[in-house]
Amino acid sequence: MIALIDYGAGNLTSVRKGFAAVGAELYTPATPRDLEKSHGIVVPGVGNFAATSALKGSWTETIRAAVGRGVPLLGICLGLQWLFEGSDEAPDVAGLGAIKGTCSRLPQNDGLKVPHVGWNSLHVPRPSRLLDGVPESAQVYFTHSYAAPVTTETAATCEHGAIFAAAIESTNIFGVQFHPEKSSDPGLRILRNFVQVARG
Amino acid sequence: MLSKRLIACLDVRNGCVVKGVNFEGLRNAGDPAALAKRYNQEGIDEVVVLDVTATLEGRRAFEATIRAVSSELFIPLAVGGGIRTEADAAAAIDAGADKVGVNSAALADPTLLTRLSARYGSQAVVVAIDAKRVDGRFQVFSRSGSTPTPRDAVEWAIEAEKRGAGEVLLTSIDRDGTRAGFDCELTSAVSIASGGAGTFDHFSEVFQVGRADAALAASVFHFSEHAVAELKQHLRQGGIPVRC
Repeated sequence: MIALIDYGAGNLTSVRKGFAAVGAELYTPATPRDLEKSHGIVVPGVGNFAATSALKGSWTETIRAAVGRGVPLLGICLGLQWLFEGSDEAPDVAGLGAIKGTCSRLPQNDGLKVPHVGWNSLHVPRPSRLLDGVPESAQVYFTHSYAAPVTTETAATCEHGAIFAAAIESTNIFGVQFHPEKSSDPGLRILRNFVQVARG
Repeated sequence: MLSKRLIACLDVRNGCVVKGVNFEGLRNAGDPAALAKRYNQEGIDEVVVLDVTATLEGRRAFEATIRAVSSELFIPLAVGGGIRTEADAAAAIDAGADKVGVNSAALADPTLLTRLSARYGSQAVVVAIDAKRVDGRFQVFSRSGSTPTPRDAVEWAIEAEKRGAGEVLLTSIDRDGTRAGFDCELTSAVSIASGGAGTFDHFSEVFQVGRADAALAASVFHFSEHAVAELKQHLRQGGIPVRC
């Protein structure tokens, strides 16, 4: 059972459909207590970091406890940013803090447009469970203005004005800045990899 | 490097894909879900479903069509036509749209863009602008090109982005369905260029001369004259970055 957290800022239909395509039906827990039975947790999200304030309190604590028990956690887009300590987009809102660092706005260099919208290529510097089978330079779909810093947890990077963390993996904590559910074959491969991790 | 995007537009009426010339004389081009599936397999980067008569008929875009199309796609899907309120946008997004395109309703009330982007993020809000050359300027038309407005297309594009639109889809009414090429003068200020695609070189031109991030076309894809893969090969040989 993989839980899909609905905090009002997700494109739940697309995420659920993406997981269904790789054989996993996600459930949406009504309360944090419903997370107890989950073998994996997905935090989706689009929009402003401030939206993650809906996770403050019992959701955050329950997710943190589940991660502590070894339950795999996948953050998608805003969900990846939420794994960090916070974001300049909403400085008063704390993230989960599972990864050190703060998300910041992409620079508007060289006539590049922000938000960063479209298909861009991944640089995959090291093997990871999440990106298993995803080739170097695979193209995936991004749509965001803020991005996470490159840290030791970074499993893939991307460049748009600056190099940022496109995917992270640290033990049972996973995240992708792009939308795997909208990234055609490489994206579905990533969802399948997460499902395999969750199913042990 | 960010790839240039190719977007297939499905103009839908009564559940069928239709295509006209200069916004008129619509003819049948097939089933939306079947076309979406084909494009997805051929490597299209994004799909737009436009309910071309929704605004004129005063109703929402067909949720059943959106659902059918989105079930075939694991690439971004934008939906437009008849989206006037946050509830209309919510219905489209719940049915599987990743982005909503607003046109006439944003002209009538530009704060709609701000409200939608506050709720869904600017990445989910596309302002669609239909423009025609009138007396040396690009005049905006609303209601599927039927109603002139006093607005200038470039000024409106800039204002719409400030108000919360993440992308600007600009269609040249003069070029729509003509296959005479994109209007590159019109498209230099916008992200998605639309109207007039007929040959591979038209796409090269709109990316290099028109500086568009994405090019949208309908007829050129629907009637299968040019496979998406061949077009991408052509662009790649011209040094234009596209997704493999």
